Amino acid sequence: MSVGPYLRLTAWWQASGWPTWIADTIWMVLMAAIVTVFIMVTVLVLVWLERKVSGDIQSRVGPNRVGGRFGPLQTAADALKLLMKEDIIAEGTDKVVFILAPFVVFVPTLLVFMVVPFSGTWIVSDLNLGVLFVVAVSAFPVVGLIMAGWSSNNKYAIMGALRAAAQSLSYEVPLLMAMVCVVVAAGSLRIGDIVEAQRGGHWFILRFPLQLAFVIYFITALAEVNRVPFDLPEAESELVAGYHVEYSGMRFAFFFLAEFAHLFFVSAFCATLFFGAWEGPWLPPVAWFLIKSYAIVIVIMWVRWTLPRLRIDQVMSFAWKLLVPVGLAAVMLTALVRMQGRW
Amino acid sequence: MTQRLTPTETMVLNMGPQHPSTHGVLRLQLTLDGEVVLDCMPVIGYLHRGIEKIGEARTYPQILPYTDRLDYLSSASNNLAYVQAVEKLMGVEAPERARYLRVILLELNRIASHLMFVATFANDLAATTVFLYGLREREPIMDLFEMWTGARLTQSGLRVGGLARDIPEGFVDKAREYCTFLPPRLDEYDRLLSGNRIFRVRTEGIGILPPEEAIDYGCSGPTLRGSGVRYDIRRDEPYEVYDQLEFDVVTTSTCDCMGRYAVRMQEMRQSLRIIQQCLDRLPDGEVIAKVPRTIRPPAGEAYGRVESPRGDFGCWVVSDGGPQPARVRFRTPSFYHVAALPRMLRGWKIGDVVAILGSVDIVLGEVDR
Repeated sequence: MSVGPYLRLTAWWQASGWPTWIADTIWMVLMAAIVTVFIMVTVLVLVWLERKVSGDIQSRVGPNRVGGRFGPLQTAADALKLLMKEDIIAEGTDKVVFILAPFVVFVPTLLVFMVVPFSGTWIVSDLNLGVLFVVAVSAFPVVGLIMAGWSSNNKYAIMGALRAAAQSLSYEVPLLMAMVCVVVAAGSLRIGDIVEAQRGGHWFILRFPLQLAFVIYFITALAEVNRVPFDLPEAESELVAGYHVEYSGMRFAFFFLAEFAHLFFVSAFCATLFFGAWEGPWLPPVAWFLIKSYAIVIVIMWVRWTLPRLRIDQVMSFAWKLLVPVGLAAVMLTALVRMQGRW
Repeated sequence: MTQRLTPTETMVLNMGPQHPSTHGVLRLQLTLDGEVVLDCMPVIGYLHRGIEKIGEARTYPQILPYTDRLDYLSSASNNLAYVQAVEKLMGVEAPERARYLRVILLELNRIASHLMFVATFANDLAATTVFLYGLREREPIMDLFEMWTGARLTQSGLRVGGLARDIPEGFVDKAREYCTFLPPRLDEYDRLLSGNRIFRVRTEGIGILPPEEAIDYGCSGPTLRGSGVRYDIRRDEPYEVYDQLEFDVVTTSTCDCMGRYAVRMQEMRQSLRIIQQCLDRLPDGEVIAKVPRTIRPPAGEAYGRVESPRGDFGCWVVSDGGPQPARVRFRTPSFYHVAALPRMLRGWKIGDVVAILGSVDIVLGEVDR
């Protein structure tokens, strides 16, 4: 997915006399297809992994029938089931908004994968405002959640949506601060530069004040992907399923897909910001990148199956009274160290 | 005083009868102001089977299996309350061995029920793993029940005048084995759950029920003892052989969800103590007294009373001298706990509703009889 083939393709098109916008369009469609397929496969793997990890933690087996001893096709079978389910739109819903909501949630989670550096050259688009792009786009799904909650005309759904809005707005602030620390350290918003700044084993996680940023990033990431202890928007034992309580079949699957895609994204981005992205010995860069991302995914799953859930006011006060001040301190500390010219 | 700038409306939310956390088919009509519960109205009756009325049309032994279905998590204590009442009417007393075995059965039921409580309570607070751990530890008890009575949940192990069967060979060893198996597991729960910071902020100081009000509402069992009232029928009105056994009545004075949880955690250890003592002292002999084939107690009435895992479980039987009772009435603790729910829920948030509801550990089977 490097720029090289793109230039060659454009050159070829220009030589053939066709307008370049056709080449651009083909290129974009191709990239979108690759990213979508990658996300689909990743989500299938993640769901299977979650079941296996939770099975291990809870001393049970997990999927062990479909497609062999370890049930690798279990999630594929589930996806098939969701595809074939009746599409139920309850009476009293705001139909247009109800139908749109899953896509509004799903598309931004797809978009952020544009700037994920799978290797030095495998990046769809190394924007010079990469981090800002991530922050801007990943703030968008919450609109979809509110749309889903509001249009469902269901009390549980609206409460879930309101919780989602409150929570994701609050946690974006410290999340942003954690990212700012990294940006200050790297001196650039471009993902490529951030990776470059960590080359040669100088990962940001190993540099002094950035550990603080990592902790903040990890906690807020849990909240951003709505996982225990911050899974209040869909708290099963309280709100049944929260904002997607009225959704079924494929529409529900899109929420599910978005959630797991986002889970993978925050892990991949964590690997990018703090663990040197694709850097590592012997294995190809892509392998290293996936290993790091999956390791973080497993830690997040581990947390999910260990901790109980917080209450909404505790979640909010945790963000505003603890994470935000600590985040500010982390930014200041990083800036000071940077000014001193250490590292 | 802060003044609201925008007018807000309260919202009525029906929690249940189909809801993952209402432990059966309870409906809570919550009046909410945002996330805050202003009022709560429990609606019951979704599981009404008319067991008391059925009792009037069945013979005395036939009623026994129905009592299993009241508090289905500890069928032995329901059995015993009923059997006690009938035994009092007839003037029969169970043999010594049966009395010890009854206590063993009751206490095993108590542990199984409390493990289920820990499991579901943790699940309500989204600690899903503890849910499966609780069920895993409950499994060996179910196996013991199966070995002894043939059934795992609705055991009907008791009979008027004693027990249905003596314990099978190897039961004592297995029970002893369980007594050493469980305590380390309980320690594990303490490490995983009780000491967890999130679990503690979710339970400590939540759902306060002051001792006076707990008494006024007729609460009993761990819900009452969690409010610091030292009241346990096993000690205050001993039945079977409880007066000869050594055990502590566990209380906590915090009056909150954590207190009720802690009481149950400790009670499991006390139950193990009781079981061990019973196994040590288990006398030989018959397990059922001489009871006529057709039970026709003389006219009169009697009340059996048991400390079930949920509290003060009573059974009132009126006989007119015939083969069927004139009236059977059950006093079930969960019914009174549901009545106390609005008092406990008012002013807390939706997230606390499930915590409080979970901490009083109601069984709808005995709320709606």
